[in-house]
Amino acid sequence: MTVNAPVRPPAAVRPPAPVKAVARPVSTLLHRHRWLRLTGLLALPLTWLVGLYIVSLALLLVTAFWFIDPFTSKVIPGFTWQNFVLVFSEPAYITTSLRTLGVALAVTALSALFAIPLGIFMAKLASPWMRAVLAVAITLPLWAGYLVKILAMRITFTEEGFFNWALAPFGISGPGFSLFTVVLTLTYLWFPYMALPVYTAIRQIPVNLFDVSADLGARGFTTIRTVVLPLLLPALIAGSVFTFSLSLGDYIAARFVGGANAQMIGSIIASNINLNPPVAAAFSVIPIAFVVLYLLATRRTGALERM
Amino acid sequence: MRKKLLALSATAAVSALMLAGCAAPAADEGSQGLVFDVPEVPMLQEIGEPEGNVDIVAWSGFVEPAWSDKFTEDTGCVVNRRVAGTSDEMVQLMRTGDYDLVSASGDASLRLIVGGDVAPINTDLLANFGDDIVPGMLGQLYDTINGDAYGVPIGRGANILQYNSEVVTETPTSWDVVWEADSPYAGQVIAYDAPIYIADAAVYLMTHSPELGITNPYALDDTQLAAAVDLLKQQNDIVAEYWADPVAQITSFVGGTTVVGTSWEILRKLSADDRMKSTLPVEGSTGWSDAWMISSESDSPNCSYLWMDYTSAADVNGAIAMNFGMAPANAAFCELNDEAAAHCAEFNALDEEYFEKVWFWTTPIEQCIDGRTDVECTSFQDWTNAWATIKG
Repeated sequence: MTVNAPVRPPAAVRPPAPVKAVARPVSTLLHRHRWLRLTGLLALPLTWLVGLYIVSLALLLVTAFWFIDPFTSKVIPGFTWQNFVLVFSEPAYITTSLRTLGVALAVTALSALFAIPLGIFMAKLASPWMRAVLAVAITLPLWAGYLVKILAMRITFTEEGFFNWALAPFGISGPGFSLFTVVLTLTYLWFPYMALPVYTAIRQIPVNLFDVSADLGARGFTTIRTVVLPLLLPALIAGSVFTFSLSLGDYIAARFVGGANAQMIGSIIASNINLNPPVAAAFSVIPIAFVVLYLLATRRTGALERM
Repeated sequence: MRKKLLALSATAAVSALMLAGCAAPAADEGSQGLVFDVPEVPMLQEIGEPEGNVDIVAWSGFVEPAWSDKFTEDTGCVVNRRVAGTSDEMVQLMRTGDYDLVSASGDASLRLIVGGDVAPINTDLLANFGDDIVPGMLGQLYDTINGDAYGVPIGRGANILQYNSEVVTETPTSWDVVWEADSPYAGQVIAYDAPIYIADAAVYLMTHSPELGITNPYALDDTQLAAAVDLLKQQNDIVAEYWADPVAQITSFVGGTTVVGTSWEILRKLSADDRMKSTLPVEGSTGWSDAWMISSESDSPNCSYLWMDYTSAADVNGAIAMNFGMAPANAAFCELNDEAAAHCAEFNALDEEYFEKVWFWTTPIEQCIDGRTDVECTSFQDWTNAWATIKG
């Protein structure tokens, strides 16, 4: 049974075909011209993708080859590799790039570490009521403003803030403003993007797979490692694409909770964007390269096809 | 116009500027002696019929209904405000040609003038631009070029040393508490987060490393910039945080993360915390000075001149200064009433001796603005690149 098969009315009740064709010119036209159907379907998304997204990105990358007037900061079209030479020859810039990469990977790992046990609990163990509460709790932070959440973390981790106050009786003092706090803050910000796909994937694992695993003598942890994790991989990768790329581009967290030594790629782009747009553009190639490499690596695992 | 700019950029690399005097003029001695190659932009000759509206790029707190409503009532010019967060943003916005006026700080104004983005000002058309303007804000290098005034002064302020008197019990007399590795407050220092902060290191070196020969913190050759950057890297080890956002600076002090560091008088006041005190150390400091500038492509020059004149009046200028928390440009304001006098005293408005120790933000350019001709100085791009390596 195919949906597209035309349903022919009995000839006796219906008027002859030509009349119908005249009555519905648009449908006929679309039916005859395949390209017209495709254009109609893709016009909007393509205009969006090519016209706004790719063109603006290309314009930005072209700027990376342009000059700058050192006095007035005006951009002068031309061609030079100088901006890329600067980005790749300055040790501080390379350190910053590697630090940003490390932060993005740490945030992704931490999010996954929290999301898997939480997902298993929600999907398989929690009562429906508890499940609803947890689902709201995970998505609730998404409703608050991004800057509000970062400032909340700032207040929490300040020297006389909540963290130090709460742990002072145990003789523990918090990390203050540091790179570690940046990782914590970004994990807090992007955790829902990891938790939701992981939870959905675990829900879809049939309960009897757990029973079979137990019947075959596997303990809880072995079941997670050999049954749950392989089935989770596509969801983990989907989530990690978000946590990784969002962390890679962030610089506000570094600015508000990073302390003195948490400069990220975004910080350098932001400080150059008005003063020296070509250097900012050249620098933006680095996160793009990181994300492309990351996507290629995940593609090799075959997880993208199953997403 | 475009041709002129191209010609300018072609020569800028070697040196777009010509130099006349040999004496080393400090920034606060004005622009006498320095001649700049500036695009010729005509100035307004007389104020005509108001156009009905004026578009202003300004710092937060400079254009408020409290005084702009009355202006609209008086002149029929509707005021459209666009608040900018940084000098660089202001420069970019003015280059779009969509705005008539800008409240430019010294680190933006030179770029705007030499870029041909702003026009010289016909001060004869501004009745309120008179003898009452404080002497320290007239004829400064950053807004008076080749004898032409490009800016109408609004106000000024110093980057002061703020400290938490509960921890820092004695008033520091020197900036050494924020620069030296053996500072008793290591790990609790806050520094400003912008390339222009390199000038603060240069001010410190002027006193403590005289062999470097720095006479103006905005005219650094390669060696001097390297020394300043080394000092900043040394400071990085004792810094708890860098601040760019005023709210972050206040929470850093109040929350106890930092106990000493660079600040503005208004931030100390806003923190509403009696423990916070401030001082201007012996080395002097950097500071900022703001002025109205009119776009060379303004489509409402008449309303713009009316606005500049209106806001130069003692009461309006004072209202802006009090709202933003700075020293007003119009000294007459300080005599209006007790509240005004108290504000002027708190912000040292009439204390030229105080402001003589303050090096107002000026765009660093390749031409050494301290008068040296035998070396090329470092530009703001060099400073921006150097800044990224400090926190590297």
